[in-house]
This record gives sequence, structure tokens and C-alpha cells, in this order.
Amino acid sequence: MRGLSEFWSDLFEKFGLMILGLAVFAAVVGLILFLADRAPKKGRDVWQLLAFVAPALLLLLVGLIYPAARTATLAFFDRTGREFVGLDNFVWMFTQPDILLVIGNTLIWVALVPTLSTVIGLAYAIFIDKSKGEKVLKSLVFMPMAISFVGAGIIWRFMYEYRQEGFSEQIGLLNQILVWLGQEPQQFLVDAPANTFFLIIVMVWIQTGFAMVLLSAAIKGVPVEIIEAARLDGANAWQQFRNVTLPGIRGTLVVVITTISIATLKVFDIVRAMTGGQYDTSVVANEMYTQAFNRGEQGYGSALALILFLMVLPIVVYNVRVMRQQKEIR
Amino acid sequence: MTDVTDKAEAKLDRPLGQKNEARAEARAAKKLSKAAEAQQKLTSPGATIAAIIIAVIWTIPTFGLLVSSIRTPDEIRSNGWWNIFVSPSFTLDNYAAVLTTQGASSANLGSYFVNSLVIAIPGALFPIILATMAAYAFAWIKFRGSGAIFVLIFALQIVPLQMALIPLLQIFSGVLGISGTFPAVWIAHTIFGLPLTIFLMHNFIAEIPGEVIEAARVDGANHTQIFFRIIIPLALPALASIGIFQFLWVWNDLLVALVFSGGTADVAPLTQRLGELVGNFGRNQERLPAAAFISLVIPLIVFFSLQRYFVRGLLAGSTKG
Repeated sequence: MRGLSEFWSDLFEKFGLMILGLAVFAAVVGLILFLADRAPKKGRDVWQLLAFVAPALLLLLVGLIYPAARTATLAFFDRTGREFVGLDNFVWMFTQPDILLVIGNTLIWVALVPTLSTVIGLAYAIFIDKSKGEKVLKSLVFMPMAISFVGAGIIWRFMYEYRQEGFSEQIGLLNQILVWLGQEPQQFLVDAPANTFFLIIVMVWIQTGFAMVLLSAAIKGVPVEIIEAARLDGANAWQQFRNVTLPGIRGTLVVVITTISIATLKVFDIVRAMTGGQYDTSVVANEMYTQAFNRGEQGYGSALALILFLMVLPIVVYNVRVMRQQKEIR
Repeated sequence: MTDVTDKAEAKLDRPLGQKNEARAEARAAKKLSKAAEAQQKLTSPGATIAAIIIAVIWTIPTFGLLVSSIRTPDEIRSNGWWNIFVSPSFTLDNYAAVLTTQGASSANLGSYFVNSLVIAIPGALFPIILATMAAYAFAWIKFRGSGAIFVLIFALQIVPLQMALIPLLQIFSGVLGISGTFPAVWIAHTIFGLPLTIFLMHNFIAEIPGEVIEAARVDGANHTQIFFRIIIPLALPALASIGIFQFLWVWNDLLVALVFSGGTADVAPLTQRLGELVGNFGRNQERLPAAAFISLVIPLIVFFSLQRYFVRGLLAGSTKG
């Protein structure tokens, strides 16, 4: 019983703190807007503008822009952040076989996850388009989007669980299937380099629903008249898809691939929850955390973060260019 | 047009009164081709079968975890969850065990569950409110440099969180002295959520017909009044969908929690405790399915009950980019 009463007092204390936090926030925002409202008539519009944008801009400046700039600088300093070491951190990065492997893994992730998620998501969106029970079928594949990466990691740890053959029954479904098929059970998460691929499957499992929902909406936006015209012209299902649907959803495809690519580059939780980066499965985002927060290697961590930023950059530049081109066409 | 997203879209557009005519026309045109659609539908049973296979593959892992969570610890350890169909046995003991037991070695999830709620509610409300204010200014207040600042905020989405962690932690622990407290986690989530929420809210708010706002201006309303009397009521569906999106994001986050919560049962959320439990996967095997499912309960409830809003939030960000 003691445990339970402790739980309740804990609960009241924390929710009390939360309500206090919400009240303080409301009071601050309310006060800012109130004061701007009471500002002298002459410059009132300016004060009101400031009241609306200043809180967000201030937070972004202090919490994102300044820290990002500082991290970019720290990448050229040693672990204490005091001594300038030039490119040493990057030299270290590109001469360590461990770190090269981490970068290589990240490239494999960013090559496979967006491609597989998009292809499967697109195929699924087409398969279920206008079919019976479309809503339910959509929900089932979309559901992993709502699950945390850690939760997904646990779900798949059980799928991949390995028991040595002959010692006990398999409790992981995949190994049980292998056994049923008369194969040897595999250590899916331990044997490199295949284990990286099995981690990637988890990310694909999560992201496919995202791709599917967006592409499904885009497919429904393709004018029915054009599809019908193509069909009247005798185009078969594949030709209709290739020549009508695909061009019609090109913009959405770019957005989907871009978004998933960026999410993939930053992936951290899945690796953390499934292998902890062991057995040659680490990726840049995970390695950055390990170096900076577990080993206290600020310089290395910052350099890895900067590399991550540089890897995201071309994807975004490409995306912006495609967006511009499309605007011109319109 | 029966799908969830379109319904949500129609719902949003009604108060804004835009594009309705065009939509109605499109619907009429679709109705005409219903017969053709039906014909096409029948031609591809193969596609339906393929879809069902994918759906089953996508659902089995989660389903397996749910089944595991209601089996006895001995069974979880000794054989696979599919055996429950051969020898059915159910227990809720795992849930009771991971939720209520106290002590260093137990999961003690009850406390972490409360933490997750206490983190995620302000973690969703703060950024969405600040973002709506900023989005209104960018959409409807003319000022020099607004375009450039808005693009900069949009671009901030691509800055990986990893870039900001070390200096922000230094600010929290050094300057403010709030590291490892709820406010630190709230502020961090607010900051990291702002670029996307500002961008998404802007997409909605910019679509409000200009005449409505101009009429209010002519009547002498100032920006604060317009914001509370016009923008907030009209943007309510958007606030809901993006709020849900942000809530799920915060609830599911691990990285921000790891860095800013201090990792104790006083502040850290479920995801962090789960991460620790997975760290000793073998030892915690019988507890993990129930523990994981407790962390999934809130997102799944939110997801299945508010799916249309969730989808709407996604679409707003990704198709108008």
C-alpha cells in the first residue's frame, strides 16, 4: 500500500507542477499581448508585431541558432572546448575505421530507407485505392507512425530474438519461421553486416505508413478524366501508372523522399534501443551522442553533428530547387 | 472520396469557405465516373490480395507484442507468442508488476508514465501557441524582412537536434540552472518544435480569406483582437491536428529526454526507462512486452480516435511545401 500512496503523492506533485508551468506560460504570453495592446497609439502596431513574433524568435535564436553556430565552432576545438585544434577532429573522424564504418552505415540507411518506404508505400497506396475497407487497411500500415522508435525497437527485438538451436524453443517469430522451413536460426542483430539491414527494416516499417498516406492523397488528386482518357486510349494498368499517375504525383514523391531521408539521417532511437550501436551497427547520430555525452568528447561529438548537417544539406538544396522549378512550370 | 484525409480537409475548409465550389464540381465529376471506377475495382483482385498481405506483415509485430504482454513470464521466456493459440492462458500480472512495484531494480513505470504526460502536455501546448502567434504575424502583419525571416525559420527544420544539444545543455545547467527539471525539457521541446509548427500553422493561417481580416481592421480591431476573435476560432482544426502531431512527437521522443531530463524517475519519460530496460534485454524479457505496451497506449488511443486530424497535420506540412 505504501507504494500506491507514494504514487499518488508523486502524481499530485508532478501534475501540480505542470499546471503551475501552464499558468506561468499563459500569464507571460497574456502579459506580453496585454502590454502591446496598451502601448502608445503611435507605435502600437510595431509593439504588437513584436509581441507576436518575439517570443518564438527569441527562443529559436537562443535555443537553436546560437547553439548550432556554437556546435559548428566547437567542432574545431578539443574535448574541453578551449583549445583550438583546427581540423584534427575531422582528421580523426576520417582515419578511424570505426567512424568510417559509422559514416558508411549512415549512407546505407539513407540509401535504403527512403527508397524502400516510398516504393512499398506507393505500391500499397495504389493497391488499396478505391478498394473495400480502404480506411482500415490504411490505418494498419499507418499505425507504426504513432509508435515511438523505442517501442518499435522493442517490438522488433522480439521478432528477431534468437535462441541457440537445440537448447530451447525459438521465441522470435522470424527464427521460428526459419526453423519451420528447416533452416538454422540466425542472430539477426549480432551478425554484421546483415544486422544493419535488419535495423533498417524497422525504420522502413515505421516510415512506409507516412509515405503511403501522403502518396494516397496525391493519387486521389490526379484528375480522373486523364486516367479515363488514358484507359480509353487502350493503356494498360502499368502504362496508366507510368504515364499518368506517376507524373501527377511527382511533387509529393519528392517531398516524401526528402522528409524520410532527413528523418533517416537523424535516426538515433532505433539503433540505441536495439543494439546500442554495437556489432558494427552505429550511425552518425548515435555516435555523436556516444562521443559527446557518454565519453565527454565534445570536439568529436560536435564534428559528427556538423557532418550530419552537411549530409542533410544537399537533400534540402535539391528539394528547394525542385520546388522552384515546379513553381515556374505552374 | 471516402478516405479520412478528405473528410478532414472538407471539415477544415468549411469555415474558411474556400474552394468549396471547385470541390463540389470535382465531386460531381467523380460521381459520373463511379461506374467506371467500380469496373476497374473488380479487375484487380491480385492487388487486393497483395495489399492484405502487406497489411498483415505490418500488423503482426505489434500484435505479437500485445499477445506476449498478456502471457505468464515463464511462457514468455520459454516459447513464442503464437503458442497462445495452442495453449491459451491470459494474465494481467505483467502490467501490474511493471506499473506499481517500487525499488531500484523494478520497472516502476507508473512514475515514468506520469512524467511522460507532464512532459508531453506542455511540450505540445507551448510551441503550438507561440507558433500560432508567430505564424499570424508572418501571414498577416506586413513588416520588412518577414519573408526572409520566415524562410530562415523554415530552413531551421533541417538543423539536426544533435547540433544544438551541447550548447543548449550548457545554457540550461550553467546560466539557468534548470538542467534535469521539467521546465528544461519543456523549453527544449518548445524550441525544437517551433520551426515545424510555425511553418505548418502558417500554411493554415495564410489561407484565411484576407477580406475577413481587412474588414476587422477597418472596424478598428487591433492585432490582438483579430488574433483571439478571428484567427484562433478559424484555425482551431489546424491547432488540433498540429497539436496532436507535436504531442505524439514529444511523447515518443528519446533524444531530448536523454539529454535534458537527467534520467531519473523524477523527470525522465517512459521512453527513457524503456530504453534502459532494453539495455538488459535478456534479464527484462518477461517485463518488456507489458512495459512497451504501456508506452504505446496513449499514442495508439490518440492515433485511432483522432486519426483524421493527425493525417491533416501531416498533409499540411508535406504537400504545400
